[in-house]
Amino acid sequence: MENFTPYLSLAGGVLIGISASILMYLNGRIAGISGIVAGSFNAPSFEEKAWRLAFVVGLVLGGAIFMHFFPITITPRENMSTALLVLGGLVIGVGTAMGSGCTSGHGICGISRFSLRSLVATATFLLSGIITVYVFKQMTGG
Amino acid sequence: MLKIFSALVAGIIFGMGLVLSQMVNPNKVIKFLDITGQWDPSLMFVLGGAVLTTMIAYRFIFSRSKPVFDDDFHLPTLLQIDRQLLIGAVLFGVGWGVIGYCPGPAVASLGFGVEEPLIVVISMLAGMLFYRAMV
Repeated sequence: MENFTPYLSLAGGVLIGISASILMYLNGRIAGISGIVAGSFNAPSFEEKAWRLAFVVGLVLGGAIFMHFFPITITPRENMSTALLVLGGLVIGVGTAMGSGCTSGHGICGISRFSLRSLVATATFLLSGIITVYVFKQMTGG
Repeated sequence: MLKIFSALVAGIIFGMGLVLSQMVNPNKVIKFLDITGQWDPSLMFVLGGAVLTTMIAYRFIFSRSKPVFDDDFHLPTLLQIDRQLLIGAVLFGVGWGVIGYCPGPAVASLGFGVEEPLIVVISMLAGMLFYRAMV
């Protein structure tokens, strides 16, 4: 528990919540990253495509700006191969498209509007993630 | 134009929140999911803070008839808990558990100048397009 950061995590969560609230209040949209990204492929209008891309650009900018002024250390991983990253990314892409959402869309926005679907999805991917980490640890001997 | 600008601002704040909360650190994410190991419950506080804030704000927002820059709230219409939802969530959890990135943090890390998130985002896009081509 030496890396437990409840206050910073809570503050970060509140920022994420403020962002989700702004997007719903102003644009009437769910701040679900996988949905925003996937929806940009077949956006029916220029404006539809543009706001989705603008959100993604903002995400990159916000992350980079914050990282520049308040850098956090991310220790590089030795047991993470490119093949594993590709496989993981593919599975996440398929899974979020099939399950209509990820941590932000289901976990934050969905639960916040009391969607049973999102609550079930969130419980499912949390459990699936926990089991995966456990199994993966046994397999890699970590 | 206003819609595009507001999405940009929301994205920036979201990205800052992901860094501040360290969701962009895959080591921390995996430690959060590792409940039988050295469990780091920090990310519960991210989810808690985000849900609490959004829940309160949504109450006020949904009492309005429409959003500021649009004619309607665009809310999901699917209500059924079906096989797609469950299989999709299981798959997403597997990917998340193996690499420690979910879509938001992977995208928000693209400007860090490291390779991992770029590989993840490109593969994720490929996965999304693949699923679209299949159905």
